[in-house]
Amino acid sequence: MMRIATSLRLLPSLLTLAWRNLWRNHRRTLVMLSAIALGVWAMIFMTAMMRGMIDQMVQNGLATLPGHAQIHHPDFVRDPSVVNRFAEPGGELLAALEQPPVTAWAARLRVPAVVASEYASRGVTLLGVDPAAEAALGSLPGELVAGRALQGPADAGVVLGESLAQRLETAVGRRVVLMSQDPDNDVADRGARVVGIYRGRLEGDEERFAYTGRDSLQALLGVEGEVTEAAMNGPDYRRVVAWLPDIRRAAGASLSVQPWQTLNPFLASMLGLQDGYALVFMLVVFLVLSFGLVNTLVMAVFERTRELGLIQALGMRPGLILLLILMESLWLLLLGLALGNALALATLWPLRDGLDLSAVAAGLEMMAMGTTLYPLLELSDMAMASAVVVGLGLLASLLPAWRASRLAPVVALARD
Amino acid sequence: MSDIRCRELCKTFRQGEERITGLDRVSIDIDSGEFLCLSGPSGSGKTTLLNALGGLDRPDSGSITFGGRRIDCLPRGELADLRLREIGFVFQAYNLVPVLSARENIEFVMQVQGVPAAERHRRSLAILAEVGLEGLADRRPPAMSGGQQQRVAVARAIVSRPRLVLADEPTANLDSHSATRLMALFQTLNREHGVTFVMATHDPRVMAFAARRVSMEDGRIVADRVQEPCAPEPA
Ligand SMILES: Nc1ncnc2c1ncn2[C@@H]1O[C@H](COP(=O)(O)OP(=O)(O)OP(=O)(O)O)[C@@H](O)[C@H]1O
Ligand SMILES: [Mg+2]
Repeated sequence: MMRIATSLRLLPSLLTLAWRNLWRNHRRTLVMLSAIALGVWAMIFMTAMMRGMIDQMVQNGLATLPGHAQIHHPDFVRDPSVVNRFAEPGGELLAALEQPPVTAWAARLRVPAVVASEYASRGVTLLGVDPAAEAALGSLPGELVAGRALQGPADAGVVLGESLAQRLETAVGRRVVLMSQDPDNDVADRGARVVGIYRGRLEGDEERFAYTGRDSLQALLGVEGEVTEAAMNGPDYRRVVAWLPDIRRAAGASLSVQPWQTLNPFLASMLGLQDGYALVFMLVVFLVLSFGLVNTLVMAVFERTRELGLIQALGMRPGLILLLILMESLWLLLLGLALGNALALATLWPLRDGLDLSAVAAGLEMMAMGTTLYPLLELSDMAMASAVVVGLGLLASLLPAWRASRLAPVVALARD
Repeated sequence: MSDIRCRELCKTFRQGEERITGLDRVSIDIDSGEFLCLSGPSGSGKTTLLNALGGLDRPDSGSITFGGRRIDCLPRGELADLRLREIGFVFQAYNLVPVLSARENIEFVMQVQGVPAAERHRRSLAILAEVGLEGLADRRPPAMSGGQQQRVAVARAIVSRPRLVLADEPTANLDSHSATRLMALFQTLNREHGVTFVMATHDPRVMAFAARRVSMEDGRIVADRVQEPCAPEPA
């Protein structure tokens, strides 16, 4: 106890001594400091990039899923066809969907279909939508490059993706044939005018999704008043499970209500793993740093062997010498951390409006990402990087510090 | 009773296959307030004996009593405490922590001892004046001459009134004038404060100041005589 009290009492002067010792070899200290700062910067910057990337993958994924949660017929997941449909939400379910925490919802008819022009035909997923409700949900493709958007659930026109339109060699104002199966497995088809061409958030979407009015698609398939899917959003995709049980209760046992994590386990696992990724990445960066750090301390101790013998001869206990070396390491780590954090903030700040990655968009497309990356800086990541660097840094310093404290004073003093 | 009693101290060093004798059955009693000098050829064991007395190194056998307490087998931490409170060291050179100023070097020991800041400050300035270095309190060692550095080291060694000061060739790096001044200072401190001095040296100027001269050879004491020390020169 006495010794701990002594150490605490001496801490300020040990810190001063350590600080001055640190600057005895300017060059070595500056090199090590830059290395730590760079490492910390890499930890924070890359983690922010990764989080931004994953956040966007999830957001994009949810926009095409779409929604934070969906209601289906229990068999729809196994057989996503019009056979597994249900009545448009009403009564208690409608009430639940119309109030917070649900911020937006839409019911749609989602069926496999073929779109044919006079030149070619393509298999697509045809969505019969209520455009106003989908817009609130954010599930419609954002950008129309030609024509107009759907005007309401009764709109009989069709909106195609740009690349699909190219493949079909069709354009706004031309007619295509929509073909699908009705609940009795009979082919249902009708002609439809292309009213709009959209550009997808992801290029792949453009060829996959075609849109028409919900009522007109219901009429084509003979399923008036019925849909295959209802999607909803809450305030935060990360907290869906908190309010989902209320929707389940309102939906009743005959419908299946699933959060996006169940509907897209890949996205969910990306999100779940990112904390782990961040930590592993930080540990790897730290591992590289620690070699430099330990080497720096070993050199510092080696150069001052005689002096360490001297202060032992003056009556400094080995434990205090250990503390002294740890304080030198602490200064180095804290300075490096401050610089690294500042550097990370300084480099992330200009990117707050996103980093345009369209030059390498084709590669990112495969990862279901958009072409603009918004780094996501979280305080917890800065804290984690700092904890990793200081905690493990001090741990790595223990060895050289312990060796310094074990120096036999006579041997140390005999060295010149 | 003697303040320091050494009985049958032996110490051998190994250098590869070779065994080198450091101390060979050394017995010596040193009274409180003595001014003693160890002389002898290089390798005769002077440093080894000083290190054993100061607890920097352990003898292989024999016993050392310091103020009635056996110190030859104390653990490292307790030896450090003993040095902190009872023993001052002055080495041949590089006695000071280079990043600390003269005053900070002196205060450092008191700080470890737990002397309050105001008291430390007062005492360090007083002791610097006593060794004739007023005005150099804030200089760091690299900006001081060898003689000045040695006097700071002495100031630090005696500032907390240790019972014993061990000096290993304190004048080896000093010119004759600085050496004489340093010895005069030792003598004054010895007389006025009753601090025991044990010095190892080849320097006849140092030997002349000593009241007792112990000669060593091959790790053994070969002569031990009391002499009339020369008077300090008027400064
Ligand atoms: N750490 C050590 N390892 C090996 N041998 C040593 C060690 N320390 C001292 N010796 C040997 O022990 C003997 C006594 O050494 P010591 O340093 O005590 O002599 P000294 O009288 O102080 O000599 P000098 O006048 O040169 O300082 C010498 O032969 C020396 O080489
Ligand atoms: Mg010697």
